Amino acid sequence: MTTTNTGSGSALSHWFSDGWITTRRNLIKIKRVPDILVFTTLQPIMFVLLFTYVYAGVINIPGSSYKEFIMAGIFAQTIVFGSTYSGSAMAQDLKDGIIDRFRTLPMSPSAVLIGRTNGDLFINALSLVVMMVTGFIVGWRIRSSLLEALGAIALLLLFAYAFSWVMAFIGMSVRSPEVINNVSFLILFPLTFISNAFVPSNTLPTPLRVFAEFNPVSALVSAVRNLFGNTPPNSPIADNWAQQNPEITVLIGIVLLLVVFVPLAIRKFASVSSR
Amino acid sequence: MAFIEAAGLTKTYTPKGASPVHALDGLDLEVPQSTVTALLGPNGAGKTTTVKVLTTLTQPTAGSARIDGIDVLAHPERIRPIIGVSGQYAAVDENLTGFENLDMVGRLYHLGAAQSRVRAQELITLFDLEEAKNRPVKGFSGGMRRRIDLAGALVTRPKVLFLDEPTTGLDPRSRLGMWDIITGLVSQGTTVLLTTQYLEEADQLADSISVIDDGRVIAEGTSDELKASIGGQRVEITLVDPGDSATTVEVLRRFGNSEPTTAAEGRELTVNASDAPAALQGILAELGSRSIRLFDAGMRRPTLDDVFLRLTGHSATAETSDAVPTKKMKRAAKKEKSRS
Repeated sequence: MTTTNTGSGSALSHWFSDGWITTRRNLIKIKRVPDILVFTTLQPIMFVLLFTYVYAGVINIPGSSYKEFIMAGIFAQTIVFGSTYSGSAMAQDLKDGIIDRFRTLPMSPSAVLIGRTNGDLFINALSLVVMMVTGFIVGWRIRSSLLEALGAIALLLLFAYAFSWVMAFIGMSVRSPEVINNVSFLILFPLTFISNAFVPSNTLPTPLRVFAEFNPVSALVSAVRNLFGNTPPNSPIADNWAQQNPEITVLIGIVLLLVVFVPLAIRKFASVSSR
Repeated sequence: MAFIEAAGLTKTYTPKGASPVHALDGLDLEVPQSTVTALLGPNGAGKTTTVKVLTTLTQPTAGSARIDGIDVLAHPERIRPIIGVSGQYAAVDENLTGFENLDMVGRLYHLGAAQSRVRAQELITLFDLEEAKNRPVKGFSGGMRRRIDLAGALVTRPKVLFLDEPTTGLDPRSRLGMWDIITGLVSQGTTVLLTTQYLEEADQLADSISVIDDGRVIAEGTSDELKASIGGQRVEITLVDPGDSATTVEVLRRFGNSEPTTAAEGRELTVNASDAPAALQGILAELGSRSIRLFDAGMRRPTLDDVFLRLTGHSATAETSDAVPTKKMKRAAKKEKSRS
C-alpha cells in the first residue's frame, strides 16, 4: 500500500481542474444520451420553421418582415428553455446519490455546479448555431456589423448561463426532476410568450403589455433584435428605461442573477444530501 | 485512542406540522484502527444519518465527531481526503463507463491525469469490472454498479472506509461476492465502518457490532457476545396437539437456558440454548418417550429480530416508536379499528 495521495498544486489549479472534470462529465452525457442532442437541434429547427411559415403570413410588421422580427424571439425562448437542464439534472443527481458522492470528495464545492452550467452553455451554443443556420436558409439576415452580431450572441449565451444557475438552485431545492420540468414550463411559457418575442408588445392588451415591457425576456429580445439589426424602423419604443436601453438592462440582469444565485446555489450544494 | 470517535451525536428534524423527529439521539461510537465495526439496526434507526455526519454530508444538531484526531464538524475539508464512502444507492454516473467513473473520482481526488488512469485500471482488474470498463454503466446490474461504486470509494486507498448497507438489495450471489471483497480489504488493514440490517452480515464481516435503535447505541460487543446475550441458538418445536403444550414447556425449560415462549395457541414453542444441537437431541428423546407427536422440530440461529426483541422489547422490522405517523399509517389504523 502506498500513502494516500491527495495531489499537489494550488487551490486555483484544483478549482480549474475540478470544473473541467465535471464539465467533461456533462459533455459525455450529451454525447451518450441521444435525446438531448436531438431535442436541442430539432426543436429549434422546428420552432424556426413553424413561426416563420405558419405565422409570417398573418402577422404584419410594418417596415420589416415577420421572419426578421421573430428570430430574436425564437433565439431567446429556446435558450431560456435550454437552461432548465441544470434544474432537472441537479435534482436527478441528488436523487441518485451522486451529489452525496461528490460532496465526500476533496473537491471544490462549486465544481459540480460549474460543470453543470457549462454543460448547458454548450447545449445552448449548439442550438444557437443550428437556429442561425436554419434562419439563414429561410431568409433571416443579420443587418448589423459583425461586432454587434457577436454582442447579440454573447448576450443570449450569458443570459442563459446566468439563468442556468437559477435553475440549478431551484433543482436542488425542489429535488424532484419531474416537478422541475413541470414548474419550468409553467413559469417559462408565460415569461417567453407574454413578451415582445413573438409579437410587438404594443399590440398586447394593457395588463399584458405592462408585464411584457418589464419582462426581462423582453429586454433580452429587444437587445438581440437591435444588435442583429432586425428591429423594424420607426417601431414604437415603450415608455420605460429598460426597453429604451435593452442592452444595458440585460447586462445588469445577468450580473444581478449571477451575484445572487451563484453564492446561493453553492451554499445550497454544500448542505444538500439525498433523502 | 479510537480512530473514529463520536460522542453524543444528535440530529433532530422538525417536519412541518409535526413533532420533532430524533434521527440521532445521543449516539456514541468508537472504532479502533484497522478494525471493522458494524452498525446494526432496522430501517430508521439512524444508521445512514450516522454515516452522513461522519462523512461530512450532514451537520448534527449536537455532539462531536473525530476521525484520526481531526474534528469532522470543524474541518470537513481535512476529513474528505482520508475517507472513502460507498452509499446505499450506487452513486455512479449511468452515462459514464466503468473506467470513466473511476477516472473521474481519481481526478476529483487530485491524483493527476496519469495516476488516475493507472489507479482506475488497477481497480477494474481488482474488482473484476473488465466487462463494464468501456461500456456505459446504464446497462449493468445492481451488483456491478455496487462494485463500481465501492471501487470508487477506494480510489485513494482511504484510511477509513464507510459502507452504508453495502449488500441491501443485492441477490445472494452478489452479496457473497461483496463480502469477499470487503473481507479482502479488511485483511489489508483498512478501518471500516459498515451499516447493515442483517446480523449475519455483521457476524461475517465485523470485529465488533454496535446495535442501534431510535438513534442510540443500545448494545455493543463482538458477534459472539451479542449472541450469548440473547442465549445462543434457538430450538423450535411445533406440536400436532396443542394439548401437549404444558408438558412440552416443562421439557424445554429443562434443556434450554431461557423461559420458553409459546405462539399459535400453544402449538409453537421456542427456547434458547447455548448448545442447541445437544438440547434438541435431549428434547426430542424426552418428547418421544412421552409419545408427544410433533409437526416440526429444529433449531435456528438468532436473527436481528431476536436481538431486538431481547434488547428493546419490540421487533426490528416494525416501525420505530417515535416515527411520525403518516396519513397512510393513520388510515390503516382506522381500518383496523373499524374491522374489530
